[in-house]
Amino acid sequence: MRHRILFLLLTLSIVALSAPVAAADEGNCFSCHNEWEEGKDTPSKRWPADIHKDAGLTCSDCHGGDPSLDDMDAVRASKGYRGAPKATEIPGFCGRCHGDAAYMNKYNPSLPIDQWEKYKTSMHGMRLAKGDVKAATCISCHSVHNIAPANTPTSTVYAINIPKTCAACHANAAYMAGYNIPTDQYDKFAKSVHGVALLEKEDIGAPACNDCHGNHGALPPGIDDISAVCGLCHAKNAMLFDQSPHKQAFQEQNLPQCETCHSNHDIIKPMDAMIGTGPESLCSNCHSQGDGDKGYATAQAVSVMLDSLVKTEQKATDVIARAEQKGMSVTDQLFALKDVHSTLIESRTLIHSFTLEKIKPELDKGIQLGAAVYQQGLEILGEYSFRRTGLGVATILITFVALLIWLKIRRIER
Amino acid sequence: MPSIKSVGLRLFDWVDDRVQIKALVDYMAHKSVPRHDHEIWYYFGGLSLFFFIIQVCSGILLLLYYRPGADSAYESVQFIISKVQFGWLIRAIHSWSANLMILAVVIHMFSVFFTRAYRKPREITWLTGMGLLGLVLFFGFSGYLLPWNELAFFATKVGTGMAGVVPLAGGFLMKLLRGSDEVTGATITRFFGFHVAVLPALFTAVLTVHLLLVQRQGMSEPESWESRPESQKRRMPFFPNFLLRDLLVWLIALNVLAILAVFFPYGIGPLHWDLGLKADPFSSPPAHIRPEWYFMFMFQSLKFLPAKILLVDGEVVGIIGFGLAGVFWTLIPFFDRTTEKGRRKRLYAYTGLVAVMFVLVMTFLGYILD
Repeated sequence: MRHRILFLLLTLSIVALSAPVAAADEGNCFSCHNEWEEGKDTPSKRWPADIHKDAGLTCSDCHGGDPSLDDMDAVRASKGYRGAPKATEIPGFCGRCHGDAAYMNKYNPSLPIDQWEKYKTSMHGMRLAKGDVKAATCISCHSVHNIAPANTPTSTVYAINIPKTCAACHANAAYMAGYNIPTDQYDKFAKSVHGVALLEKEDIGAPACNDCHGNHGALPPGIDDISAVCGLCHAKNAMLFDQSPHKQAFQEQNLPQCETCHSNHDIIKPMDAMIGTGPESLCSNCHSQGDGDKGYATAQAVSVMLDSLVKTEQKATDVIARAEQKGMSVTDQLFALKDVHSTLIESRTLIHSFTLEKIKPELDKGIQLGAAVYQQGLEILGEYSFRRTGLGVATILITFVALLIWLKIRRIER
Repeated sequence: MPSIKSVGLRLFDWVDDRVQIKALVDYMAHKSVPRHDHEIWYYFGGLSLFFFIIQVCSGILLLLYYRPGADSAYESVQFIISKVQFGWLIRAIHSWSANLMILAVVIHMFSVFFTRAYRKPREITWLTGMGLLGLVLFFGFSGYLLPWNELAFFATKVGTGMAGVVPLAGGFLMKLLRGSDEVTGATITRFFGFHVAVLPALFTAVLTVHLLLVQRQGMSEPESWESRPESQKRRMPFFPNFLLRDLLVWLIALNVLAILAVFFPYGIGPLHWDLGLKADPFSSPPAHIRPEWYFMFMFQSLKFLPAKILLVDGEVVGIIGFGLAGVFWTLIPFFDRTTEKGRRKRLYAYTGLVAVMFVLVMTFLGYILD
């Protein structure tokens, strides 16, 4: 009975969404429940932090009933009383207001109103429709009675909080038993380049679970969808891949596009060693020496040139740093070094064309530019030596004249 | 074929016939300089003059490429140090020499103070010297902004802001310096005008009077010589002995300057003038913003003052205090009219010592508490 009351109270706030702005009177619901409920994490204690409260909604706006009545049985018997929804009723409970454009316009016209429709197409929605009450509903992700706007850091669906919100179920092996899907996504994601950016560096531009899987319409991306999903951010890489010989080859072998080389949840920061024919190379997973394998030759050539560009950039950076340390002006060279680094980034991107003719010009440009900066660095260091020599000669001459004057002074004062 | 010497003598006679310079040469030949344990201080005046000459020469060379203005000043200084042949050296010499000149002038001023060389009949020489010190500091302040980099911009903003709190005339002074309510491109052209036209003209005029007075009155003798018979006073001829010694000091200074400029073209430690980022009035001030070392003691003292002192802003009290101290210091020859053994003489010496200690401690704290 007690659990039922609690559940009823939890859902009361959700129903509040449907209330008009004018119905700001809390009535007896809040005052009684606040008095009865024990503990700090109860619906009435959560309620002050809820966005619906800020919008002027009350318990009865969601849960119905007459809030002016003192007796709970009388409330249940009153007109429009909806009480606490069952798990399967929750999407419709929220969607009653959130799917109503005219109603939502009064509160937040920029908020989408298709969440319920999308939810029905999601894996969660489909499972719930089949009666799987373990499937996530609105409150599983957004919490309840203390719902915060998604763009505030306290929200369970704030970008940085999303992985943990999803992991609450998806990383729980006991809860996920029977669904036959892995439960290590969060651990893998947390170590990935995206996870580190989002969770450690708190870069909310980095993707969270929903950026690849969708949110209300969450589904695992299909093999053909992966490059489109990654391409949303990595647009040029996706475009180059689509024009590359790998596009058709991957399709023929039913291989996912980006994921085949970069993995999915545990995407690490790409290394130059991933290209080429070395032990860490990914190319050699499919390509092998001999039999005129063009892919193997391309990988080998690109790897050699990429390595050369990296070393040239490093050499040029070192020599310019030495010159700068000696107090020489290297402003132009520092700008040129940025250009060298840009060619390196561009070359790494162009690798996704998997075509030597497209990658080589950029690599050549970078190597030549890096070599020129290195040469200028040597010249600047030469100039530094020249200055020291010049100073030495000047100092000797000045000292010699000073010595003559000193001798003259001694002679005339003797 | 006449010898070079005879041509020189004939030329001298030709000029003397028209402007009578023989009297001046005879005067110099008969002029003498006292010799005693503290004679080393005599060379700091000449050393200041040497650095001033270096400043004029290197400044003129920088003028060939420097372009004042918010859109061109920073770029032209960058061009000077990176593209112009030996431009880096000229800027380094100008910057080092500016600092060494201020140091030499300050030492010269304190040596005159502690040897009481300002006493009658050299009061006017002291006044012109204090005028030159003020002009040298303004030279430094105005030149600091000219590269229009981040540090210079905010330091000038703080510096001119301090002028703004001077009672009554503050608002006018600040606007006069800035050319507007804020530090803008108008401030650079104004400071440039001060730095290359107004200040050199004023400085040359006051310096001429200062040097003429020094030549006319000769070097100040130590106070202990007042009771000494003439026979016990050691002297050396001004020409050529003292002049040669001066030249020797100048050559040593030139060597030091060359070494500093080549090895540390952008300064050393807290004394640095690397160009850094261009001034951006909309950016926040960089960390560790502070004035040049010669203004540090005032800056630090003002930071120590409470926000309010007897209902008056602490900063205003500080500025007025420094202003009054400066006036007192300038007029010291008229206050210090005591005899060799007078008690008040010691009082002024102790006042000077306290002033030196205050400046040193505040400057030191300014750097370590930063």
